Amino acid sequence: MTRIYIFKRFERFWHWAQAALIIFMLVSGFEIHGTYVLLGWEKAADLHTTAAWTLIGLWLFAIFWHFTTGEWKQYIPTSKNILGVMNYYSVGIFTGAPHPFRATQLSKHNPLQRLAYLLVKLFINPLIWVSGLAYLYYNELTASKIPAVAGVSLGSIALVHTAAAFMMLAFLLGHLYLATTGHTPLAHIKAMITGWEVDYEPEQDAPRSAP
Amino acid sequence: MLTRLFMSAAMVCALLVPAAHAASDAGSAKMLKSTADHSKFKELKQEFNSGPEVTKACLGCHTEAAKQIHKTEHWKWEYKSPEGQLLGKKHIVNNFCTSITSNEADCNACHIGYGWKDDKFDFSSEVNVDCLACHDTTGKYKKPIGFAGNPVTKDTEYPPGSGKIIRAVDLKDVAQHVGKTSRTTCGACHFYGGGGDGVKHGDLDSSLEAPDKALDVHMAADGNNFVCDTCHDTQGHQVPGSRYAPTAQDKGEAHVRGKEYKTSPTTCQACHGQSPHKKIAKLNDHTDKVACQTCHIPTFARGGVPTKMSWDWSTSGKRAPDGKPLVVKNADSYEIYNGKKGDFVLAENVIPQYIWFNGKVKYTLRGDKIETSNQPVHINSFEGSASDGKSMIWPVKVFRGKQAFDPVNKTLVVTHLAGEDDSAYWTNLNWTKAVAAGMAAVNAPFSGKVDFIETDSTWPITHMVAPAKDALRCNACHAANGRLEKVPGIYIPGRASDHAGWLDTAGWAIAVLTLLGVLGHGLARVLVSKRKH
Repeated sequence: MTRIYIFKRFERFWHWAQAALIIFMLVSGFEIHGTYVLLGWEKAADLHTTAAWTLIGLWLFAIFWHFTTGEWKQYIPTSKNILGVMNYYSVGIFTGAPHPFRATQLSKHNPLQRLAYLLVKLFINPLIWVSGLAYLYYNELTASKIPAVAGVSLGSIALVHTAAAFMMLAFLLGHLYLATTGHTPLAHIKAMITGWEVDYEPEQDAPRSAP
Repeated sequence: MLTRLFMSAAMVCALLVPAAHAASDAGSAKMLKSTADHSKFKELKQEFNSGPEVTKACLGCHTEAAKQIHKTEHWKWEYKSPEGQLLGKKHIVNNFCTSITSNEADCNACHIGYGWKDDKFDFSSEVNVDCLACHDTTGKYKKPIGFAGNPVTKDTEYPPGSGKIIRAVDLKDVAQHVGKTSRTTCGACHFYGGGGDGVKHGDLDSSLEAPDKALDVHMAADGNNFVCDTCHDTQGHQVPGSRYAPTAQDKGEAHVRGKEYKTSPTTCQACHGQSPHKKIAKLNDHTDKVACQTCHIPTFARGGVPTKMSWDWSTSGKRAPDGKPLVVKNADSYEIYNGKKGDFVLAENVIPQYIWFNGKVKYTLRGDKIETSNQPVHINSFEGSASDGKSMIWPVKVFRGKQAFDPVNKTLVVTHLAGEDDSAYWTNLNWTKAVAAGMAAVNAPFSGKVDFIETDSTWPITHMVAPAKDALRCNACHAANGRLEKVPGIYIPGRASDHAGWLDTAGWAIAVLTLLGVLGHGLARVLVSKRKH
């Protein structure tokens, strides 16, 4: 059993701050949408906006961090071993097969993670970001006299924003569950907190008894 | 040194004491803001036997006043709309007492003239202009109902034979104490539209004579103390801000002194501009579509005076056992039934209805064809839409009525209600006679048949502006079934009826399926690991 320092301090801060903000924005966002009443619309809208700006600020730092550290390369999609990983989650995980992917500092995400996170970063996030800013600055958009944006209705902006929110919700549910699929249910979560991933080798760990 | 100090102190006191006296003397004499004290004018030091005699004296100095008045709707009770309709009290039929024609002696007590009792009234007469109705400051000037806009100058029994004496007005006293218009002088008519306190408008009633801040943040007697003219900023007797020619949307800047403006001085924007919200800037994103009144007048008839919400003439005619028209009052002593008028519904603290309004109002006029298949007939309809670029979301009072009409000629009718003659409805409770007399007075055809038809009329709500803390909060509209639930053509975040149903269904389905998928996967993991051991 070896330990690898896989998630650096900023990365962990970014992850958990983003997690908190996204969960809060889902909760407040669906209230603004009108799905339920929880904080009260006024407070929900106010805090949702504050959280949005905070998250945008965080993203700016994160983007800077990704490019200056080269960490962005972690998200380059690869087909190598992708079938093996898919096979693991659909079959191997039940039969006790070893995970076909070994995390290293240079490659901390398995091919499915790379794909999923890339989708979040390049599609869902920008969709939320752009539609959310358009939502906030709708008056300025319509007053802008730029034909391409001046005619956009608030309803269609809200539609895109809500659709993106549903995508984020689906991602969050899947992500939360997959976080429990480490060699113990909390292994991945611990790694995300401490930064240290335990590289688990099942053949050395015969007495895998009481969970 | 000490003596010097004492001396100067004594001198200061000696100087101060008489000065204080002088100040209080000036206070008791009440320094005039005006440069003229009308009680010192020799023209007004005479006994006046009639209103026109007073006006003649006024016009001796105020040479242009009557000419200015002659141009106003206040005088003409007539307004030609940009759409070409001839409107004004002189022409329209409303769904309160319906029409002034043939009822002038009563209705025209509120005309700013003397003696408009029939169609012979001389609108070009300068001395017929009533200066005192608007410029009285004594509160003693009254124009009682039944006298066609004339004040009573000798104690008079009215109605004749009733034993009720109307006391004479001392015109000399009133004339010597004229001044600027006030909430009381404007209110003498505008608070009592529709035949009683608060009846017609809902946002104008006697509670505005001396309102507190909660009722009207601008007119508050203990606050800004605005009078009507503060906003209805009148030049040369031309009063801006008529509901016949409303400004539904004002995109102009706040008016500052020294600049000429084409926009109306009566709008909120004329003082507050387009971005009045300093603390919550997001609210300024609403000012392009939502009239200020929509949020800042949360309810109308807020001052303790109920307004009439509906009036059903068709049930009138019942008599009490003593033969007089039956009167039924509610717990607060307001009439809810009167044999002369029918059934009323009154309400206080009324939540307005909300509509798109672009300033255009179309009336159903006397000669227009109306159909029972198309009820309610809109006495007036406010035009507007989300997309015309000229409309704002406005609060309105919708007043519902059921009133007499001619089912053969299919028109609204003029009813002769008031008068001492045999045909007046309020004398005999006979519809056919009353309508025949009313229609004859306007030279309009009448089939001889009277039936009743449902009508409604729309009134803009723009007075009784509440303090900011009492304005509507977001969730009044940003909610399912909120205040703007029925306002079409816009997307309101939080209004459930705006949701794309397919997206919500698909979104939640995907979320639930994802959840079930991962739970199933997790359950399988648990089961497999149990079986292994």
